[in-house]
Amino acid sequence: MGIKLSTQDLYAWLDRRLSLSLYREQATKKTVPLHRQTFWYYMGGFLLVYFVSQVLTGALLMVYYVPEIQSAYASILALNSQVDFGWFFRSLHSWGANILVLFLFIHLFSTYFMKAYRPPREITWWTGLLLLALMFGFGFTGYLLPWDEMAFFATKIGIDITASLPLIGEELALLLRGGTELGQGTLSRFFAIHVMFLPLITLPVLGLHLLLIQLHGISEPRWFQKLPADKQTHEAFFPTFMLKDVMGWVVAFGLLAILVALRPWELGPEAEPFAPAPEGIKPEWYFLFLFQLLRILPGTIGPLEGEHVGMLLFGLAVAGLVLMPLWDTGQSTWRSRIAVGYGWTLLFLFVALTIWGMLW
Amino acid sequence: MNASHASADTMASPPRRHFLKLLFTLFGLAWGGMTLYPLYRYLRPSGPTTVMPTVTRVSAGPAEALPEGQGKNLAFGNIPAIVTHTQDGAFHAFNATCTHLGCTVQFRADINRIWCACHGGQYDPITGAVLAGPPPRPLAPLRASVEEGEIIVSQEPAPSAQTAEQE
Repeated sequence: MGIKLSTQDLYAWLDRRLSLSLYREQATKKTVPLHRQTFWYYMGGFLLVYFVSQVLTGALLMVYYVPEIQSAYASILALNSQVDFGWFFRSLHSWGANILVLFLFIHLFSTYFMKAYRPPREITWWTGLLLLALMFGFGFTGYLLPWDEMAFFATKIGIDITASLPLIGEELALLLRGGTELGQGTLSRFFAIHVMFLPLITLPVLGLHLLLIQLHGISEPRWFQKLPADKQTHEAFFPTFMLKDVMGWVVAFGLLAILVALRPWELGPEAEPFAPAPEGIKPEWYFLFLFQLLRILPGTIGPLEGEHVGMLLFGLAVAGLVLMPLWDTGQSTWRSRIAVGYGWTLLFLFVALTIWGMLW
Repeated sequence: MNASHASADTMASPPRRHFLKLLFTLFGLAWGGMTLYPLYRYLRPSGPTTVMPTVTRVSAGPAEALPEGQGKNLAFGNIPAIVTHTQDGAFHAFNATCTHLGCTVQFRADINRIWCACHGGQYDPITGAVLAGPPPRPLAPLRASVEEGEIIVSQEPAPSAQTAEQE
């Protein structure tokens, strides 16, 4: 009396309990438009790979990292030099963070120029912007954790910018800093924010972002929709696009591994709170545009302080991105053109200020 | 009878519904406040909200170790400080926190100015006045004096303390 269990039986057993056929049917019905801009549809998948990689490598780093100001730097030093493959997982995490942000920008601008923010996808766009802000939060809080010189002053500047915000600035800075000076309070808070609070917020937002993409299907560019029906080619999401996507993930991870192998992430000298800020101090490249903007603005502009003007300009640029789906709904050609112009202006300013900041 | 009852109910229910809605909203707000306030107080660090110096005077080492046209950074208790020895032979001390975005400044002999590496702000090494770059205010002064061959950095008497002394 042997029990013969085939895969079909197993599938049938699971299907009765999990309604697998339902999802399978959905997946086969789902199609992805196939055209000359299809390439950009892979960016979101790349980001997902990098995000998962960050979660896993982050969890691994927590095994050795000590969030205490006397030990933080030493624990990273030991990780780099004494733990087998410590340098590897740390580099994966640091490089991964940078690559993740790079692809966030690519994803942001490619969806922007393909006008994927138009109705009914406004909430997808907004959750995307929120995810970008959250990733910046991860970058800012994670940067401090090794407690090296650059991180110390970059964080000091970042918190002082927060403090300069009108009304709530001082209070917000106090909450972030955990005291009046950058110290253990700050490190503990940044650690908690980085490994607990931000992930807790990110997961549901990311879930909603992905769910909405499933609900609405992948956005098709206007020119594609205008093609005669027989010229509009689509491919099945499952398994065709899915398999290509998986290949994309392998390429994405390979890209990261190459960077890690060729240029392991460095660790600067340990932070010394009373030493002067080091020469050539710069934030991570993705904050460089803001850094450069603050540097080129004069101390006072009219009645305002230069840094306030800088923050105001930045705030207005972000507000433009947030409000764009409400303004360019696809009903008006001139609004659409202005939206494109706005996008190119932002992209140009971002790239120009970043390069200027690097060459300064 | 029944019909009149029903009409009385419908007439009475909108105000009652408004009242209940109001009650519900107030309850929600109160509950939210009761939840958020302890959370805010918990996260807010206790203690002073501005940097209070933990010392009133510190030594910056022997005066001869800091020749004219030089400067050095030191800790004034919990505050980063800078001492300059200018060409006129005098010593000057300042809070080394840049007034722009809080980096710690340093003395640069090649330009004979106090300089901030973060955004390129420059200050006068004698007065602490802003000479170039984005800082909005001069450096906060400390007092530097030489006592028995040793540079002593101390707190400038606060303006209010001065008036109190005059009275």
